[in-house]
This record gives sequence, structure tokens and C-alpha cells, in this order.
Amino acid sequence: MSTSAVLPSDRTRGNSDDRILRYSFGDRLMHWIAGLSYVYMLATGLAFWSPYLFWIADLVGGGPVARFWHPWVGLLWFAGVLWMFTAWRSDMRTTAADREWAKHIGDYIRNEDENLPPIGRFNIGQKQFFWIMFYGGIALVLSGVAMWFVNDIPWDWRWLRYAAVLIHVVSALLTIGAFIIHVYMGTAMVRGGFTSIIRGEVSGSWARMHHRLWYEQVTGRRLRKPGDA
Amino acid sequence: MSQATLRIQKISGHAGSIPGEDMQRQEQVCKLVDTTTCIGCKACEIACQEWNDLPFATTSFDNTYQTMPHTEWNFWNLIKFNEHPKPDGGFMWLMRKDQCMHCADPGCLAACPSDGAIVQYANGIVDFQQDHCIGCGYCITGCPFNIPKFNPTTKRVYKCTLCSDRVSNGLEPACIKACPTGCLHFGTKDDMLDLAHKRANQLREHYGFENAGVYDPPGVGGTGVIYVLHDATQPEAYGGLPANPSIPWVVRLWKTPLKYLGNLAMLGGLVGVTLHYLRFGPKTVKDDRVEKEL
Repeated sequence: MSTSAVLPSDRTRGNSDDRILRYSFGDRLMHWIAGLSYVYMLATGLAFWSPYLFWIADLVGGGPVARFWHPWVGLLWFAGVLWMFTAWRSDMRTTAADREWAKHIGDYIRNEDENLPPIGRFNIGQKQFFWIMFYGGIALVLSGVAMWFVNDIPWDWRWLRYAAVLIHVVSALLTIGAFIIHVYMGTAMVRGGFTSIIRGEVSGSWARMHHRLWYEQVTGRRLRKPGDA
Repeated sequence: MSQATLRIQKISGHAGSIPGEDMQRQEQVCKLVDTTTCIGCKACEIACQEWNDLPFATTSFDNTYQTMPHTEWNFWNLIKFNEHPKPDGGFMWLMRKDQCMHCADPGCLAACPSDGAIVQYANGIVDFQQDHCIGCGYCITGCPFNIPKFNPTTKRVYKCTLCSDRVSNGLEPACIKACPTGCLHFGTKDDMLDLAHKRANQLREHYGFENAGVYDPPGVGGTGVIYVLHDATQPEAYGGLPANPSIPWVVRLWKTPLKYLGNLAMLGGLVGVTLHYLRFGPKTVKDDRVEKEL
């Protein structure tokens, strides 16, 4: 895979930390298709959610414009999610190392990362975020299509209108909760994370600290365990 | 169908209080439809089309005299036909004028997210303001009577206005004016209820319709259109008039408890990550290049 390439960058070669490709151009593109379209969906969705937030619709061209684009941008978002699913699915399966790591989740939250066992390319939180967005996306698209064409749902099938609204709202709220945590961790909490999804690279130290097994896999090196002398 | 001269008592999708709410009390207006004297002539359908200047709507034949299966964005007033079997083996024709019921507690207005796209005037008329409609169709989900319909060209939703333009000028709705048998009446809600109950009483006592009664469903707070039915125990027989209509529970759940819970959860998430940052700060990576490879 392209992520296994080690990039000895010219400007850092010699006396600086090695740079490792974590997200290929395709990885970054699919992430930002989904990420930016999700922000639009969130903004317009919140405008339709509460009268106190309807002003958001005015910011993006007015209520009818927001209503027109919301479903189409939603399809774009889901296309990004599906692309990520095809690309990252195999990396997103929970492993034994993840289960061991999850027992130490408190250490991770308290930033006591030295107590954490080594893991692969993604930690279990990232994996859960991925699956929430994938299954939430399926629920949002199916219910969203029903809401899009509500006028064409026959009266005898009106339960579908009601189910669609309920599913859309509940799954949107679930993805919003996951999204808040994801954005916080990707920008403020895990330093180096945001750069990696923009430029694609992380430092060797970053990879060894956060995703030690992945570091060993992509570099072919084996590291001493943190406790070894 | 904007009518600035009418006082407003409810506004859809509105943040904060409603200007002028409860400033002035007005008589509630009401249409009375006596299904027992309707002959199915459809004069009301034509009058509605003409007065509201609606473009021609495609008709479809379904083995009855009914013009089309249900109301459309450009067809707000539809006589529903039903050949109803009687216990003695014969049948009777049930004909009911279907249109917006102008609920006191309107599901469309409760569901609508757009400020002022649906209003309820102080006289009880529920009116769509297409200028403010965003075309989301939430009103279609909120309505317990299957009335609002989406126009895919204008991307707005339409329905009967109870001729708010005529009523605000002291005229009866166009359908009432056109009715040749007098089965349609228009007036205050109190007067129409009084008339309806008198007629139902007459049907019970003199015409052998033991179950004759008035349809003014309490589940939506009563309606601005009431019916006299030969058999008030079977409203569904009249082209699917719901027996106990109310705003769908999903819409109620969505618009009140779920909204508060959701807002609380979203705010909680934002507060939570802020507190985490203040307490624990960022995860910084220390340079560990001194670590030797095995």
C-alpha cells in the first residue's frame, strides 16, 4: 500500500526526524470531501432543526437554497464515506491489540500515553468513529431520500414518513456527537493529527507514540518495548 | 396566499414570542359540510379552481365519480366518493368534500421549520405563506389529513387557504358560494356547530340515521371545517376521514423532547471537549529518536 512508503524528506534528512506517509492523496481527498460536505450538512441541518438556528440558512443563501442543496450535498458526503469504506475497511476491524488498548482508555484520556499498549494504524476510537459515520450515513441517506420525496410516499405508507424523520434526527445526533469528538481530537487534542490529514505525513516519533504497530509495519523495523532497558 | 390585514396568532418556525399574540380576540370562522345533502356536483371544485386561479389539474378515473385520488398542489378541494354497502344489501353514496381542515392545533405548523411559512390567523384560518416556504415537506409529514402537496416546479407546498383573501374582505369562501344544495355553510364556529348539531339531531329523529353526528375531532383541538355525517361512528367510510386524528406522535417527539435532548447533548459535547482541553490539554509527541532499533 502507498502508506507503507517511508519518505526521507530532503529538507529533514540527516539531522531530523523521519517523515512517514500516513494518508495518501486519495485518503486526504476522500476525507475532505466527506469532512467539508458534512460541515455543510451539519450547518443546514441545524437550520432546519431549530428556529433559533434558522439564521444559518440565511448565511448559505437562504432557506430554499439550503433546502435544495442539503440532499445533493448529502449524497456527495455519502459518496465520500463509501470511498473511505472501500479504502479503509480492512484497517478498521477491531483487533486484539485494540481490545487491550481499550482497557487503558482512561490513560489515553488523561494523556498518560506511556501506559498504553501498542496498536496499529488506527485506535479503537477512530475505528468506532468510522463505523458510526458509515452506519449513520446509511441511516441518514435512506431516511433522507424518504424525506426528500415525502410527497410521493402514499398515504397508506405514511409510517414511512414518520420513521424517516425519527431515523434521520436520531442518526444525525449520533454522528454530531461523534463529529464533535473527532474534530476536537483531530485539531486541538492530538497534535500532529491535523497536519497529517492535510499534508499526509507524520513524524517517526508521532507514529511510534500513537501507532507503534503500524510504524513497525510500514518501516519494517522492530522497536524495543517501552519498558525494555 | 399572504393576507397582511389578518391578525396572526401562531407562526411556524418562529424563534421567540409572536408579535401581537392574544392582543385581540376574534370569532373563529368555520365551514360546515353537510354530507347528507351533498349531491356530488363538484361545483365547489370548480369554484375553488377558478377563484384561486389554479392551473388545470389532470384528472384520473378510478371507477367512481371522483376527480382524482387525493388533493393536489393545484387542486385543493376534492369530493371523495364512496359506494358504501348497507346492512340490507343495498348501497348508499357517501360524498365528502375533502380539503384542509384548518385545525386549531395544526400539525403542518408544528412541523414547519421556516419562520412564517405557515401562520394561523386569529380567526382560525391556517394559511401557507409561499414566500417563506423552503419546500422541505415537513408539513406533509405533520398533517394528519394528507392535505399539503408539493409543487416540484416552484418547490413550494400548497393547500386550501379557506379563501382567506375573501374572508378578510367579508365574503364567504368560493366553494360555499358555489354550492347549489346548501350543504355548505360558512360562519362562526359556534353558529356552525349549533347548525350541525341541529341537523344531526334531525337526521337521527326523522330520517332514521341513528348514528348521525358531527365531526369536529378533538385530537387536533377541533377543526375549522366540520362535517355532518350519516354515521359518525364510521368516518373512515367517507373517503378515509380519520376517526381520531392528531398530530403524529413522531412529530410531537421530534419537535419537543427530542429537540431539547438533542440540544442538551450537542451542548454537552462542546462543553465536554472544552473541559477536557482545560484539564488535560493536548497530546504532544516528544522526540524519541534516541530509541535504538533492535
